[in-house]
Amino acid sequence: MFRGRLASWDAIILALTVVVLVVASLGVPNFGTSRNFTFLVLDLMPIALVALPMTLIIVTGEIDLSVASILGLASSLMGWFWNNGLSIETIIPLVVVIGAVLGAVNGLLVNALGLPSLAVTIGTLALYRGLAFVVLGDGAVADFPFTYTGWVTGTIGGGPVPNVLILIVALAVIFGIVLHATPFGRSLYAIGANDKAAHFSGIRVARSKFWLYVASGAIAALVGILWTLRYSSARADNGSGLELAVVAAVLLGGVSIFGGKGNLPGVLAGVVLLAALQNALRLQDVSGQALNIVTGALLVLSVLLPNLASSLRTALQRRKRRQAVTS
Amino acid sequence: MSPLLEIRGVSKSFGAVSAVQEVSFSLVAGEAHALVGENGAGKSTIVKMLAGVHRPDTGTLLVDGREVTFTNPADAKAAGIAVIYQEPTLFPDLSVAENIAMGNQPLTRLRQIDRKTMNANAVRLFARLGVHIDPARPARGLSIADQQLVEIAKALSSHARVLIMDEPTAALSGVEVDRLFAVTRALRDEGAAIMFISHRFEEITALCQRVTIMRDGKHVCTEPVSDLGVDDMIRRMVGRDLSALYPKQEATIGETVLEVQGLSRAGVFRDISFQVRAGEIVALAGLVGAGRSEVMQAVFGVDKYDSGTVTFLGRKLKPGNPRASMTAGMGLVPEDRRQQGLVMELSIERNVTLPRSRALAKLGLLFGGTERREAAGWTKQLQTKFGRLTDPVATLSGGNQQKVVLAKWLATGPKLLIVDEPTRGIDVGTKAEVHRLLSSLAARGLAVVMVSSELPEVLGMADRIVVLREGHVTAQLTRAEATEESVMYAAMGAS
Repeated sequence: MFRGRLASWDAIILALTVVVLVVASLGVPNFGTSRNFTFLVLDLMPIALVALPMTLIIVTGEIDLSVASILGLASSLMGWFWNNGLSIETIIPLVVVIGAVLGAVNGLLVNALGLPSLAVTIGTLALYRGLAFVVLGDGAVADFPFTYTGWVTGTIGGGPVPNVLILIVALAVIFGIVLHATPFGRSLYAIGANDKAAHFSGIRVARSKFWLYVASGAIAALVGILWTLRYSSARADNGSGLELAVVAAVLLGGVSIFGGKGNLPGVLAGVVLLAALQNALRLQDVSGQALNIVTGALLVLSVLLPNLASSLRTALQRRKRRQAVTS
Repeated sequence: MSPLLEIRGVSKSFGAVSAVQEVSFSLVAGEAHALVGENGAGKSTIVKMLAGVHRPDTGTLLVDGREVTFTNPADAKAAGIAVIYQEPTLFPDLSVAENIAMGNQPLTRLRQIDRKTMNANAVRLFARLGVHIDPARPARGLSIADQQLVEIAKALSSHARVLIMDEPTAALSGVEVDRLFAVTRALRDEGAAIMFISHRFEEITALCQRVTIMRDGKHVCTEPVSDLGVDDMIRRMVGRDLSALYPKQEATIGETVLEVQGLSRAGVFRDISFQVRAGEIVALAGLVGAGRSEVMQAVFGVDKYDSGTVTFLGRKLKPGNPRASMTAGMGLVPEDRRQQGLVMELSIERNVTLPRSRALAKLGLLFGGTERREAAGWTKQLQTKFGRLTDPVATLSGGNQQKVVLAKWLATGPKLLIVDEPTRGIDVGTKAEVHRLLSSLAARGLAVVMVSSELPEVLGMADRIVVLREGHVTAQLTRAEATEESVMYAAMGAS
């Protein structure tokens, strides 16, 4: 039953994604062009990458809302380091390590002190964004070397496939293997469904969750770097509100907000669905505010629909049985 | 006498599993009626249909001879049916009186809650039950027995005429059971119909007039208790003759496996010392709350302790580290299998292989087939009944869930197995199987520590008995020295 429900939810999302892609290709001018494909991939890159560790965190029943602020702080730091004469080859690993440390702070507050992750990461959401403005103020740093900015916006052999797709696929495969084919991944589901039983089974609950926050911080910082290079602009407000889109995509992908359920292929479908919808609407000159409405509505629907679907199914089963009995 | 409540040809299935098939019986006023059967026989499903939680697929429920349909628990309550569960569900931060009045609070003329009347009602109800509980105190901190009495008072306040008691005595001490029975008998004699579910036959013969026996979701018989002996009841429940419930095998006692020395934890237990040797079954006996589970959880490492040492296979164990204990060869089948033993939403195979997933991985990777083979092997060996290995473990009956917990720990190849209330809430048939399993494991050299509140189980299975009272060891008895009297004497103290 459990497996059936998941499979059917995956199928719904996949079907919906295909429908959106087909309808948009036919109905929205310029949607189906190779140039727009490049932009679509570049647009979904931040959501897709941040959604990878977020999926693992939500599977354990926790959440990390500070990711977009870590992204912004990483962008600010990158600009500040660049202004202070560090080489880009030093800046990139340095900023990723700082992101991991910011994630570790979340991880320690949640796991060593046992605080609720929702409260902790709302706190660091404000804190890290504030620090981003302390570092760089309202200004922007723009003069990054073209070797790097060009790689991020460029495509493989000048074709339609952006270079960053390699990165997305590679990281998705790594996170997919960790979640679905390692003892660590197995333990995350057990933690999310019943952390006490996981503890009684010799699983190191707090330590496992701690490392997920570290990974989340490092990936968010990496995305901050990519974001900065893509727009050639280090700003403190980069990526504001991205956490909402990421959480929406993860839940849309069938991961339970209560933990213990969900898989990564579903999440990737959720990411594509959300990004394609936003891209198509943007091509139709829909405003940014309206895009937020779409993201918000999808978030609510992704929580609502599985509930509706399962109660509908039980109602249908009951009716079927009644008919079988009376006939 | 016309029945107060009747169920007629009721069936209920969940997916492909048929839980109850064509069951009919009735409850009459002034009667205590026992419902017995092995775990998975369908008793809980019957209770849930009467409580309005589940709706029958076919068949009818009749109250006072009129057909009724319950779409939710409120309907059942309105029809005068109240259910007392094994673990009552009171609001811990509300007062006892508020809990009793929940849902139909008396109001003053200003539509405020009338606390005076509410408290007076509670006092009146407790007086009727002949018990003393302060209605103004919060429900938090009440013993399970007192919580059940509050639930009964709540049932009376809503004028319930049918009282369904689902294994109410499982977590009660002897004195508390006596008090519960006195209250129940009084209600019965006032004209209520009682449905009583229990695995303890002495309670059924002490309280009930008639008994309905179920097996595999079907109704076997309904007869006066006096016409059936305990042996008869068991035979009809399991559909076969039971070999001895406690098949103790002879084992050669070997080297010391576990040595606990002066283990203490402030306010919970102090200065606990005992040894367990290979091939030996050591029982930890005592009353509920004596600290037995807490000691064994500290030994395994899921809980902490303040001082003392745990030496396992000649090496000191790190405190508070269940993974180290597990790797060293220790397993713990915990008391509460729903909260501590199993991840209910996960599949049977994932639960079986959970502690072992690191050992099963190749190059750090797990392949579904390895886990499935492992789980299939162990569930087969323990004769676990299930649909598919990928079904959530929550779909199994209690006895089969317990087998999954046992499989999970036996799969780790332990040298010492701690079992905490290994047969609580499971049926006689499975109980005997679990006993046979533990006995044969010990015969093959496994050291076993068994925490149990059931004296027959302790006396029947243990080579040695360590008795705890209020957090310290009051006696260590050999199999030859142990009698019900000597164990109870040590457990209750000199009184």
